Amino acid sequence: MKVRIDPELCQGQGRCFSIAPSIFDFDDLGNGFVIGDGTLSADTLALAQLAQANCPEHAIFIEE
Amino acid sequence: MAETPLVQDFATDWDHSDPQWVADPYPIWEDLRERCPVAHTDRYGGGWFPATHAGVSAIAKDTDNFTSRTVVIGNGRPTELDLPAPIGVAPPITSDPPFHAIARRLILPAFAPGPINALEPMIRELCSTLLDTVKGDEIVNAGTTYAQYIPPGVIRGMLGFPEEDIEKFLEFVHIILEGIDHPEEERIVEFMPVEEYFTAQIQDHMDNPRDDLTTYLLNVELDGQKLALEHVFGTMVLILVAGIDTTWSAIGSAIWHLAHNPEDLERLVSEPDLMAVAVEEFLRFYAPVTMARLVKHDMDYLGCPMKEDDWILLGFPAANRDPVVFKDADKFIIDRAENRHVAFGLGIHRCAGSNLARLELRIAIEEFIKRYPRFDLADADSVTWAPGQIRGPRNLPIRVLQ
Repeated sequence: MKVRIDPELCQGQGRCFSIAPSIFDFDDLGNGFVIGDGTLSADTLALAQLAQANCPEHAIFIEE
Repeated sequence: MAETPLVQDFATDWDHSDPQWVADPYPIWEDLRERCPVAHTDRYGGGWFPATHAGVSAIAKDTDNFTSRTVVIGNGRPTELDLPAPIGVAPPITSDPPFHAIARRLILPAFAPGPINALEPMIRELCSTLLDTVKGDEIVNAGTTYAQYIPPGVIRGMLGFPEEDIEKFLEFVHIILEGIDHPEEERIVEFMPVEEYFTAQIQDHMDNPRDDLTTYLLNVELDGQKLALEHVFGTMVLILVAGIDTTWSAIGSAIWHLAHNPEDLERLVSEPDLMAVAVEEFLRFYAPVTMARLVKHDMDYLGCPMKEDDWILLGFPAANRDPVVFKDADKFIIDRAENRHVAFGLGIHRCAGSNLARLELRIAIEEFIKRYPRFDLADADSVTWAPGQIRGPRNLPIRVLQ
């Protein structure tokens, strides 16, 4: 499973990198981005899903 | 002044300044969600109020059909003279695409988590100093002696204005907050002392650049050019207007909640790790900010016959109580794990100061409950709520318990 942020949808609400700083970081404008290639392990999947469930812009996608 | 008639039916005659709405808007919104869900009013020259998350979300993201030319509802409508293009009174909040993105990109770096998180020690010290002034008092007005002073104190520090000017600064904030929706000719006169003071500060920062927001605004470049001084001043005004009574309201609402929900206060005191999720639930449940838009052209939208220049009251606080999106939406759940709240808006106008507001809210609560692990409301009936588009308690007497 991989996680990605759609940069067109992200508005810098800041929820993902607060909830899951091991998966997400922020750029100079405060928009979120995925650290590395976004591959999720069994351990990090739940955390990524929690971040996804807290994104007001529905900008986080978790895909096969 | 003519007396404004009380609202009988909010579905056909809503008014966000009606005493019933000001005192407790939540049952009104719940009722509208069930039977409208887009309410209409002829007041303020005509407007619409979507009470659902879906309605609020659709309009917030639709800059083709709605303009942010003004975001505060009044009786008149702004003219081109009020808001000279492309800067506007307060870019980027009053800007539409494509200028919006340019103005926004200028200020976002100053409000990104990096520089904002660095303010934590300053904010903590400010909160602690404010609490020192009421040390030993049995009754503490958490509104007028605490919450009210935190955002202006922080912004004064960020702008790099002298600490000894705080009283003067507070007076200017008051002038700006009061005057922002006055007609332009009145506003110019009222803002004169503010402009003089700010101009002197800007000059001082030009002569003695330092690491603060004023210097940042003076140095930041747009297409290789520094900003016009009017743009710098306009952005300072926006930061003051947008960052003060909003955050003050959020802090006040959180303290008000804890004052009459002792089980939540006890949990926060004993489980400090809860603070991150608790802050989001405070923001969802007591979202202070409602914005406005104007309809760009006649159209049928969300099943409503909207006319050009009709107002939209964009109720993010109402969206946050929509049971379609939030389980047990009308319950405050301090450890709510999934919380897609929209307290800071949605889409391109997401509150640029959200990282700062969150930080101030968290530290203000932490410092308050550290000082007062047990408290309740000294006089629940005397608590007053601000009318209009920013909702929060103003008079908030707290009784300190042993």
